[in-house]
Amino acid sequence: MATQINCDTGFVGLRHIKKTFNPGSVNEVVLFTDFNLEIPKNQFVAVVGSNGSGKTTMLNLLCGSVPADSGEITIGGRDIMRLKEHQRSKFIGRVFQDPSKGTCPELTILENMALADNKGLSYGLSRGVNKKRVDYYRSRLELLRLGLEDKIHLPVASLSGGQRQALALLICTMTPLDLLILDEHTAALDPRSSETVMELTDRLVKEKNLTTLMVTHNLKYAIGYGDRLIMLHRGGIVLDVSGENKSALHTKDLTDKFNEISIEDGN
Amino acid sequence: MDIVIGLIRNVLEEGFIYGIMAVGVYITYRVLDLPDLSVDGTFPLGACVTAALIRAGVNPWCALLIAFICGAAAGCVTGLLHVRLRITDLLSGILVMISMWSVNLVITGGSAVVQFYNKATIFNSGIAALFKGDLRVWRVLILVALVCVVVKLLLDLYLRTKSGLLLRSAGDNPQYVISLGRDPGTMKIIGLAIGNGCTALAGSVLAQQAESANIQSGTGMVVMALAAVIIGTNIFRKARFVKATTAVIFGSILYKACLVIAMQLGLPTNYLKLLMAVIFTIALVTNDMLGRRKKQNGHSN
Ligand SMILES: Nc1ncnc2c1ncn2[C@@H]1O[C@H](COP(=O)(O)OP(=O)(O)OP(=O)(O)O)[C@@H](O)[C@H]1O
Ligand SMILES: [Mg+2]
Repeated sequence: MATQINCDTGFVGLRHIKKTFNPGSVNEVVLFTDFNLEIPKNQFVAVVGSNGSGKTTMLNLLCGSVPADSGEITIGGRDIMRLKEHQRSKFIGRVFQDPSKGTCPELTILENMALADNKGLSYGLSRGVNKKRVDYYRSRLELLRLGLEDKIHLPVASLSGGQRQALALLICTMTPLDLLILDEHTAALDPRSSETVMELTDRLVKEKNLTTLMVTHNLKYAIGYGDRLIMLHRGGIVLDVSGENKSALHTKDLTDKFNEISIEDGN
Repeated sequence: MDIVIGLIRNVLEEGFIYGIMAVGVYITYRVLDLPDLSVDGTFPLGACVTAALIRAGVNPWCALLIAFICGAAAGCVTGLLHVRLRITDLLSGILVMISMWSVNLVITGGSAVVQFYNKATIFNSGIAALFKGDLRVWRVLILVALVCVVVKLLLDLYLRTKSGLLLRSAGDNPQYVISLGRDPGTMKIIGLAIGNGCTALAGSVLAQQAESANIQSGTGMVVMALAAVIIGTNIFRKARFVKATTAVIFGSILYKACLVIAMQLGLPTNYLKLLMAVIFTIALVTNDMLGRRKKQNGHSN
């Protein structure tokens, strides 16, 4: 199975990545031996793959929550291998599968937005919520069409998972980003909320021209959204389609591919 | 009647003094979810620093400020041990608590008790001199309540600044702080500094009131502060309009009242620490039960 790699324009680049979990122990998992992925600027990439294929680990390597054994990770030409997770967060935005991770539940919607609005600046002793920005926050919340603009003084803990996830997405894209990372961010939501959040994702990505990496188990979303689709399997890219080839793709093509892989595995 | 009023005054005085510590411990225990044992060492640190300063003739209000700073520095050490060296929160606290014993002895020049009778304290100089006649017996209460309320208001203000909001997030959802490009560990260190700063401040006020510092005065402070925090926040759990910091001060007063009532009923002094532990246990267990009930309610709707 030949793996195609788009090497010419790598705004985001993972090169020759090696990653082994618990090396030398009985629990050793050799995940990536020579992983390569290049993402051009402003591309929206959907990632699919079976459980344990390495999707989350790939995102963790980019965000810095898991260190790579060796290789090179660059964003916008800058080597980020040695940056800590919170340092990378300054230009990488991430929305998690768990809706409670992307906001602070105890703080109000307003306080959450004010904190996020200040990202990249200093968090000193000035007033947390700048009154002059409240109208702007309201106008951003209106985009969600969830009525949250009338609830800005409620703690986020009192919102539903779908509402929280929509808010997390909005918050995460409030300041300029080099890369937006979405890890099954609709998986915990009911079909309707997940539809809403997915549409919002598309709208925000287009509005801000974000370079985006989205992991999903929903093949319909993987096909319907984004400019490029890659499939991971056992730490390697087994399918990489973009442009017209991607538009022509059907859910059935992907399920066939999944089946083909598991037959190769002898299941 | 005079005896009862005297007792009430005594309860309130001590309640407010320990309330200063309790609002600080509220930051570490409730906001950051860190059980910080170093307060057993930083409380006498505040007292010893104050004794040394006042004997040297330093202005007593300055002594309060310096005691706070010393406590905050010790809190930073707890934080650094925990965050940077990855020692568990409990052990980091114990390490600082133990090392404070030596630090305090060095400050007092080796003696366990330092007295500074007839020196200027906040209770007998400056604005304290304004309380004359009948007011004189109330001056301690008025001054400690003043210090306690000022500390509480400053903390309330801080918790609404950008740094304060970030601190609250660090306790609630550290991943969110990381997403904002900040290190939640740094916020923990700041929180521990505030908590121990307030604790040392309480130690300083108590020393000035007693006109002496005792390096053993820290024993049981953790239990006292945590009990005040837990009792206060549980009683006012339903009352949204009462700020948690206010609730904690009430908790401290209530806890002191329980102890005084028990002593008045004839409990020998030797049993005091045991009683403190028992009340704390009851507070912890009810806290746990209330928490569980709250969770069940949360699931049902
Ligand atoms: N911290 C870890 N320690 C040990 N092994 C790990 C760790 N994280 C991931 N792995 C292993 O790496 C492999 C890939 O995991 P990963 O979470 O990246 O998969 P995934 O593609 O995101 O799966 P899913 O679809 O279930 O989310 C799995 O075999 C997993 O057991
Ligand atoms: Mg995953």
